[in-house]
Amino acid sequence: MDYLAFYVTLKLALVTTFILIVLAAPIAYVLAYLRFPGKSLLEAFIYLPMALPPTAIGFYLLIVMGPKGFVGRAWETITGGSLLFTFIGITIASIVYSIPFAVQPMKYAFAKIDRRLLEAAYVLGLSKRAAFLRVVIPNSLGGLAAAAVLVFLHSIGAFGVLLMVGGSIPGETKVASIAIYEAVETMNYRAAGMIALSFIPISYAFLLLINKLNKDSHI
Amino acid sequence: MNISASFKKRLKYFDLDISFSCPSENMMVMIGPSGGGKTTIIRMLAGLESPDEGKVIFGGEVWFDSFRLINLSPQKRLLGYVFQDYTLFPHLNLYDNAAFVATDKKEVDELFDLFKINHLRKRKPHMVSGGERQRCAICQALARHPRLLLLDEPFSALDVITRRGLREELKILKGTLSCPIIYVTHDINEALFLADEILPVVDGKKDDQWMQRMISRVPSATVSTRAAREPRLALVY
Repeated sequence: MDYLAFYVTLKLALVTTFILIVLAAPIAYVLAYLRFPGKSLLEAFIYLPMALPPTAIGFYLLIVMGPKGFVGRAWETITGGSLLFTFIGITIASIVYSIPFAVQPMKYAFAKIDRRLLEAAYVLGLSKRAAFLRVVIPNSLGGLAAAAVLVFLHSIGAFGVLLMVGGSIPGETKVASIAIYEAVETMNYRAAGMIALSFIPISYAFLLLINKLNKDSHI
Repeated sequence: MNISASFKKRLKYFDLDISFSCPSENMMVMIGPSGGGKTTIIRMLAGLESPDEGKVIFGGEVWFDSFRLINLSPQKRLLGYVFQDYTLFPHLNLYDNAAFVATDKKEVDELFDLFKINHLRKRKPHMVSGGERQRCAICQALARHPRLLLLDEPFSALDVITRRGLREELKILKGTLSCPIIYVTHDINEALFLADEILPVVDGKKDDQWMQRMISRVPSATVSTRAAREPRLALVY
């Protein structure tokens, strides 16, 4: 069994989840509380990765992160190396791919909070930032947990987008879903079956966790 | 310190146009039918809403001036504000709620003793009664040493007995506070019991005759408006 591919998958999913939770929280806040012209356009744009074929997202990322793309060029001037076919490269791809799954549950959790709680916090002297950290976040832990688990599971399952940007370098960019595909291509059904089977308890355990978190954080 | 305010604001059903002032150690009770603009006035004092035109001056400090484009944020007004219904933070227990922005945590204990909710300090807001929640909300507001205390129908969601008890506790507390207090209610008994000064507000304007009309039950076209019945009911208890 390809343990290395599993290791890369889990590492990628954890890093993606952690970064996305931090990154998506302010975006979800803006979408939940602020009103500005063009908001629905922005919102649709953020959710776009959910509606696009993964290979289409992968294609655009390949262009942007490639040696001629602006992200790829910037990366090369800073680090001297290429962004494609690296772990960092697939992490970026995975983040873009999973953004909607982080933003959407958080936005709904934030929007559910009574506006009067925020007003009470402002009157008590809390800045908007402090109110966000001390009132909004603690009262939307269920939504945050849901977002975290969704992102984690979604990035475990990523395939097309990672294959486009990362290829299949063992220990670096070869994740379990790609390992299954390669095993099938080489007619090694036994190896493919083993990896595929291992996904079931992992995904199942996380779904149980999401239920528990939702129950515990229910106030 | 003296708070003085004048507001003009166009609302959906009427134009609000009122001015008043309230000195320290005084409780001004704003009374009037529901939907008459009382909460809007309180929210404008707190800085949560802006009038179209007007001024709020506290002591020598300008909190709001529509001509000089001054609008101090709610954060900087240093207020205590107890809302109509419970706005304690649901994720914190009563003690942490009251100590949320307390200047001195020891005072929270004293306040909890005063309001007799010390035995509930570890409970979350949804685990205590409405009266206990409002007691805690008052503690939360006072623990911050507010310069002005705003109470917007703090007891209106409670049963008669609890309300009467809290009303008395509040009257005792009033004697120990040095800031101006503005209290909103539609209950005439509560107003007469607590007020140093009464400001009747009807459709966004000061209406000195309103109380008399309500108590004497003079039949007239204006009295039979929808919300005017409530204070009459209140006279029963």
